[in-house]
Amino acid sequence: MSVPISLPSKAPLLSRAGWSAFLVALIVTCAVVPVLNLLTPPDSVFHMSDFAVGLIAKIMCYAICALAMDLIWGFTGILSLGHGLFFALGGYAMGMYLMRQIGTDGNYKSTLPDFMVFLDWKELPWHWLLSDSFVATLILVVAAPGVVALVFGYFAFRSRIKGVYFSIITQAMTFAAMLLFFRNETGFGGNNGFTDFKRILDVPIATPNMRMTLFVLTALTLLGFFLLARWLVGSKFGRVLQAIRDAESRVMFSGYSPLGYKLSIWTLSAMMCGVAGALYVPQVGIINPSEMSPANSIEIAIWAAVGGRATLIGPILGAFIVNGAKSWLTVTYPEFWLYFLGALFIGVTLYLPDGVVGLVKKLRGESK
Amino acid sequence: MRNLLVIAALLLSASVHALTADQAKAIAIGEGDARIEALHAAVAQPDAKTIAFIQALSDDAVKVVAGKPVIVNGDKGMDPVSGVAVALPDTAEDVMNNNRMHGELDNALAALKLLSPDETVRRAAIQTLQGNVDDSSLALLDKAFSQEAVADLKDQLGQLRAAALLGSADKAKRLEAASLLGQSAQAATKTLLMERLQVEADSDVKVALGNSLRKVEAKLAWGDRLGAIFSGISLGSILLLVALGLAITYGLMGVINMAHGELMMIGAYATYVVQGVFQKYLPGAFDWYLLASVPVAFMASALVGAALERSVIRFLYGRPLETLLATWGISLMLMQLVRTLFGAQNVGVENPSWMSGGVQVLGNLSLPYNRLVIVGFAFFVLGAVAFLIGKTRLGLFVRGVTQNRPIAACMGVNTARIDTYAFALGSGIAGLAGCALSQVGNVGPDLGQGYIVDAFMVVVLGGVGQLAGTVYAAMGLGILNKFLEGWTGAVLAKIAVLVFIIVFIQKRPQGIFAMKGREA
Repeated sequence: MSVPISLPSKAPLLSRAGWSAFLVALIVTCAVVPVLNLLTPPDSVFHMSDFAVGLIAKIMCYAICALAMDLIWGFTGILSLGHGLFFALGGYAMGMYLMRQIGTDGNYKSTLPDFMVFLDWKELPWHWLLSDSFVATLILVVAAPGVVALVFGYFAFRSRIKGVYFSIITQAMTFAAMLLFFRNETGFGGNNGFTDFKRILDVPIATPNMRMTLFVLTALTLLGFFLLARWLVGSKFGRVLQAIRDAESRVMFSGYSPLGYKLSIWTLSAMMCGVAGALYVPQVGIINPSEMSPANSIEIAIWAAVGGRATLIGPILGAFIVNGAKSWLTVTYPEFWLYFLGALFIGVTLYLPDGVVGLVKKLRGESK
Repeated sequence: MRNLLVIAALLLSASVHALTADQAKAIAIGEGDARIEALHAAVAQPDAKTIAFIQALSDDAVKVVAGKPVIVNGDKGMDPVSGVAVALPDTAEDVMNNNRMHGELDNALAALKLLSPDETVRRAAIQTLQGNVDDSSLALLDKAFSQEAVADLKDQLGQLRAAALLGSADKAKRLEAASLLGQSAQAATKTLLMERLQVEADSDVKVALGNSLRKVEAKLAWGDRLGAIFSGISLGSILLLVALGLAITYGLMGVINMAHGELMMIGAYATYVVQGVFQKYLPGAFDWYLLASVPVAFMASALVGAALERSVIRFLYGRPLETLLATWGISLMLMQLVRTLFGAQNVGVENPSWMSGGVQVLGNLSLPYNRLVIVGFAFFVLGAVAFLIGKTRLGLFVRGVTQNRPIAACMGVNTARIDTYAFALGSGIAGLAGCALSQVGNVGPDLGQGYIVDAFMVVVLGGVGQLAGTVYAAMGLGILNKFLEGWTGAVLAKIAVLVFIIVFIQKRPQGIFAMKGREA
């Protein structure tokens, strides 16, 4: 006789309130912001400056990274200190395309990117072959970080490297990649990286309309990834991930092999970062190897931690809070920014293990 | 000048050809090429007057009066040949020497100085002549070579002579030179041989040159190899110093301290401060400031470490990922603090005088004293740590708490205090590493950042909780890195080493030396 096991009924993707908030976010980013930025006269109180649009677009790219970090760290318990690498790889893939789009408008009027003329290269190196095609670039944006993550993750997870060990070798990975990309011979523009982009899909890149298109695209990507993550986390797959986080040995004894689960979420997370990087580069207008520095990767982790791990909305909030504070502090009190960031790292880990979202929940619970 | 007079006296005793009026005229007046030729002829058989005349030319103290050169001394003129006073009319013209002529004059003087009785003058002359000799100086070089008594100077003169011979028109002389140069172990000789090999027409000489070149290259290769091993050991000892503290905080205590690099930075800045204090209050004992700064650097970092342990880290034991993030935050704050206190620029830390210079081992291999001192210091610190952990009561407690905290507590060990001590010890060793690094690199707020990845690699590779593993890993990585550097360049070598470690960890996650028993 079998005892019936009662499973919790499958939760809806978002609650009613959640869907409403989601719709509001959608409307704000896709309708309100474009109207305020493009159609409102600049002297109006409601006008949104180009700077603000650019800043929010940039932070939304970071928020995608934070979301990706949350999937791997918050839900699977694997802290990656190498997500900056995946972000940069996606950015470089897009950057190569943008460099080719410059055409002969560069300083040297050559069909080759300026830095190659400078290095006296006569033809494109092999890894630039696909850079002419936009479709191929879109594939490369997810494939490059995906393949790197898959290969690295396969070997790491197969040898059951976990915890801090994994964090440290991912840090070594991004550090090694940074050194590699700093070299001119690697063919990615050395320490100057790529910049001076002129157009994307033959459309000039520095126009208000293009900026707004990219902004809306970034917002849609972020919202889409949020739904995807939400669905993943609620699925059986997501539950196994959380089980791995809480007790990996028990998962194994229950007959699951964690390798496939960890590897898929790790690769997916890397691809999300790649997409974020690809959206980031045309809006910021530059990509260079310093994006791969270990410090950047750790910062992604703090966005997730500040917002609240293992909540999907948390990391997005965290990215906005930390980067908002950063852009304010680095202008008004530049010398205090690092004190603030450092204190944030310490304070959040000591006093706010569940981040801002956890704090809000706690306050609500107490007030009830 | 006194030297030259002595040389002149020596030369006179050998009684040679004396300076003639025609010769003096030829050297001072006319076309550049002709003057240089005349100069070479005079130098080959010099007398006291020749030397005085060349010196005067070199000092721009020669004028032309009525078509004759006159040495000017104050407001008086003197005939260079007879020595009689000559009136200096206002119409006297300066002898113009262009750069080439000046160079030739200096060479001629240096060649003459080779015969000086003063060893340091001869040594300086040999240095000046390096790479500037040809056929014309041969006679003088032969003479100097036969007179030279100091062994290493005789060697150098021999090389110089061979270099001069090599430019000779006589085939036999060139052959002799080729075989002589084969005994050298100087990088300059290799260049010399290679240059000659390109212009040499005679096949016999070519073969001889080729043979010598191979001999020199073989010797140089040994120097290079030993040099790579030494710089490997030197880098390894720095890595060892950097990783030793981490081997305690991470290896024994399991605390991922991302602020380790900044504790090193504190040690380096402590050294800087001690240097400043010595400069201001004890300038006489400045050479010994480094000895005083060793304990200061240790204490400064240890105190900061103890404070960190008490205020932050102790609340995070057992949560390694959180520790990592919190200590990263600490490192950011410490860096900014140093920027606020000392400025964002690098500060200058000088080597004490006893640490500059080095031991010359081979022609192309010299071991700088500061590197040697650091290698010694690294092993001294290693010994001290091994003793402290293995033989003292504190070490016993640290090991006890690491292995089994509840039992240690039951035995009456104050585990919280031991944690603080152990963390302070690890931090203090980081301070010592910073003190050592201040002697070989820049001291700035970013000092620690460059080493933190390396330090973790060493500890992880060596095996957590193993001092021996840390030593082997540090030395192995240092030497591997330097050998790859000679082959692929510094950056690729570094990348290759990182990739090697990543692959190695996949194969042996427990490091080179695994903890035995259930701990692993």
